[in-house]
Amino acid sequence: MKIHEYQAKEVLARYKIPVTNEILCFTVSEVQAAANKLGFPVVVKAQVLTGGRGKAGGVKLVRNADEATTAAGSILGMDIKGYTVEKVLVAQGVSFVSEIYAGITIDRNTKSAVFMVSREGGVEIEEVAKEHPEAILKFTIDPDLGMAPFVARKIAFALFDDLKLVNQASDLFQKLYKVFIETDASLVEINPLVITSDGRLLALDGKMNFDDNALFRQPLIHSLNEPSEDEKKEIDAREKGLSYIRLDGSIGCMVNGAGLAMATMDMIKLYGGEPANFLDIGGSSNPQKVIDAMNLILSDKGVKVVMINIFGGITRCDDVAKGLIAALEQIKIKIPIVIRLSGTNSKEGLEILKKANLPTVETMSEAAQKAISLSEDFLR
Amino acid sequence: MSILVNKNTKLLVQGITGRDGSFHTQKMIDYGTKIVGGVSPGKKGQFVSGVPVFNTVADAVKETGANTSIIFVPASYAADAVLEAAEAGIELVIAISEGVPTLDMVRITPYLQKRGTRLIGANCPGLISPDEALVGILPGGIFKKGNIGLMSRSGTLTYEMVYQLTSNGLGQSTCVGIGGDPVAGLYYQELLQMFEDDPETEAIVLIGEIGGDAEERAAKYIIEHITKPVVSFIAGQTAPPGKRMGHAGAIISSGTGTAAEKIIAFENAGVQVARQPSDIPELLKKLLKM
Repeated sequence: MKIHEYQAKEVLARYKIPVTNEILCFTVSEVQAAANKLGFPVVVKAQVLTGGRGKAGGVKLVRNADEATTAAGSILGMDIKGYTVEKVLVAQGVSFVSEIYAGITIDRNTKSAVFMVSREGGVEIEEVAKEHPEAILKFTIDPDLGMAPFVARKIAFALFDDLKLVNQASDLFQKLYKVFIETDASLVEINPLVITSDGRLLALDGKMNFDDNALFRQPLIHSLNEPSEDEKKEIDAREKGLSYIRLDGSIGCMVNGAGLAMATMDMIKLYGGEPANFLDIGGSSNPQKVIDAMNLILSDKGVKVVMINIFGGITRCDDVAKGLIAALEQIKIKIPIVIRLSGTNSKEGLEILKKANLPTVETMSEAAQKAISLSEDFLR
Repeated sequence: MSILVNKNTKLLVQGITGRDGSFHTQKMIDYGTKIVGGVSPGKKGQFVSGVPVFNTVADAVKETGANTSIIFVPASYAADAVLEAAEAGIELVIAISEGVPTLDMVRITPYLQKRGTRLIGANCPGLISPDEALVGILPGGIFKKGNIGLMSRSGTLTYEMVYQLTSNGLGQSTCVGIGGDPVAGLYYQELLQMFEDDPETEAIVLIGEIGGDAEERAAKYIIEHITKPVVSFIAGQTAPPGKRMGHAGAIISSGTGTAAEKIIAFENAGVQVARQPSDIPELLKKLLKM
C-alpha cells in the first residue's frame, strides 16, 4: 500500500522526525491562504500516488501571490501518469546547504532491513544507483540488533564529519528505523533530507510504502489508504478471494494461481494478443467465485473474449467443469469464451463441458491462439 | 535418493485440527507420507485421520521423534509456529500459510540460523519426492518418480509444468515450491546445490517469476557451482511495473526485477529459457539426449 507525501510526513512527524511546515490544499484559494500563512517563498507540490511528479511539472517554487495562483491553477487537475491531481501540499520554502538521501527497505537476499544513505540526495535515487552506485552506502541491519545507537552512529559518521550533524543524524536514523518496523513498512524514504542554512536536518519530502500482508495489525496506516478507481476494483476482488489487476488489452483472463495467471498473459502476448487483465481465482471450484470473476472481467468494456485457463490440482477438473457450468448458467455472456482445462480428471471435465456445448481446447498455446483469433473476428 | 523429504521423513502437522490442516493431513497420508503427529494448542488427546494431536511441538517431538513439520496455521500466527518448531529441534519446516507479514519473516530468520533449522515458504505449496513423501498441498497424482529436480516460486504453474513432464515420460526426483513471498526460507542457491549433490537428479528445472533478483543470483551460482543441465521458465514477461501480481514478491519495482533481465542472466549462464511452459520437456529431452 502506498500513501501520499503529506501522509508520510505526518507519520514521520509522529515519530518526532523534523519535517517542513506545510498545509494540504484542495483549491486555488486554499493555496493562496496557505502561502500567506506560511510566508513566501513556498513550494506547491502535487499529491499523487505515483513517482515522477517533478518531471511532469507537478512541483513549483512560488515567490509571490500571483505565482501561487498560477501554480495552483496549473497543478490542480493536472494528469500525472493517469492520476488526476486533486490536492496539493503547500510547504514553506527552506534554504539549505546540502541534500542527503536516507531510506530503508527489505533486502530479500540478506532477509533483513537495509539502510541506504547517499550524499547525492534530491534526485531520483534509481538514477544515482545507475550512474554512481558507489555513491549509495548500504548497511544491512541485523534484526536482533536493530538500529542500536552505535549502528546509527556508524551510518551517520559515514555521511558527516561535523559532530553536531552526526548526533542529529544518528538520532533521526534511529527514529526512522523505528517508524519502519512499527508501521510494517516495506519502504521509507526521505529524499531530500536537507541540512538547512542554520545547520539543522529537515525532511523536505517523505515516501512510505507498506506491506499489504501486515495491514491487519496496522489499523492507523490502513485508514490512510486512498485507492484509485482501478485499485478499488482490486480491493473488492481481494475481498472475494480473487486477485485482479486491470490491463489494457481485449482478452479477459480467468486463471487459478498467480504464476499460471502470469504465464497465461505471457502466452497471449507471445502469440500477438493483449491480455485485458491479470486474474487469479485461487484454488477452488466454487461457482460463486467463477461468477464474481466473470462479472469482474466483464466490467471492463474493452474485453472481447474471455479465456479461462484452469489447472486442476487438488481441485479436480470435473468439479471445476461443474462449477463453470453452474456459473455460466447464471450470467448471460454475449462474448465468446475459450476454456482450457488440464490436470487431475481433465478427461471427465472436458467431457462435461462438451456436453454443455462449451468450447474447450487442450493446451495453453491453443487457447491463446483461439482467443486471439476470436478477438480479431470481433473487431471485424 | 531425493532431496529434503523421503521415506524417512517423520512429519508433524501444526494446525492439524483446522480446515486446511485436517484436509491435507488426509491427502498426505493417502499419498503415503509418514505423519507421526499433529499440534493444536488445547486439543491434546484428539486424533485427526488417526494421527495423535499434541498441545505443543516440544511434546509432539518428544513422543513421536518427528524431524519435519508442516504449518497450516493462520498467517498472523505462522512466524510463532515456525519458531516453536525450530526450538523443539525440528530440522525442516514447511510453512504453507499465505499472507505472512514480511517483517515477521525478517525477525525469525536469525533464530532459525542459530538453530540450524531449514525453512521452506511461507506462502508455498510445499514439496514432494514422488513415491516417497508428499509434504504440502501439491496434487500427488500428477507426479512420477524420476530424475528431474524442480524448484518454483509458483504453485499451479509448477503443476502445469510437472503435468507436462510426466505426460512426456520425464519423472521427478523432488519438486519444491519455494513460495511467492519477498522474504522466504530456502531459495534457489541452496536447492540448486542439493540437486547438484543428489545422485538421482540428472537435470534441473527452475521456474522463476518477476520481482527481486533471485533468478539473477541463481544464474551466477549456476556458472560457479552447478554442472548439471538447468532449464528455466520465467513468468510475468508481460506484467506491468509497480503492480503486485498475486504473489507479494512478484512486483517489478523501478525497472528492476523484470523478466527480460532474468532471461538474459540465465542465458548468459548457459541455462536454456523456454518461451512457453510446454517447451520445457523438449529442452530437457535434448539435454539428456533422450
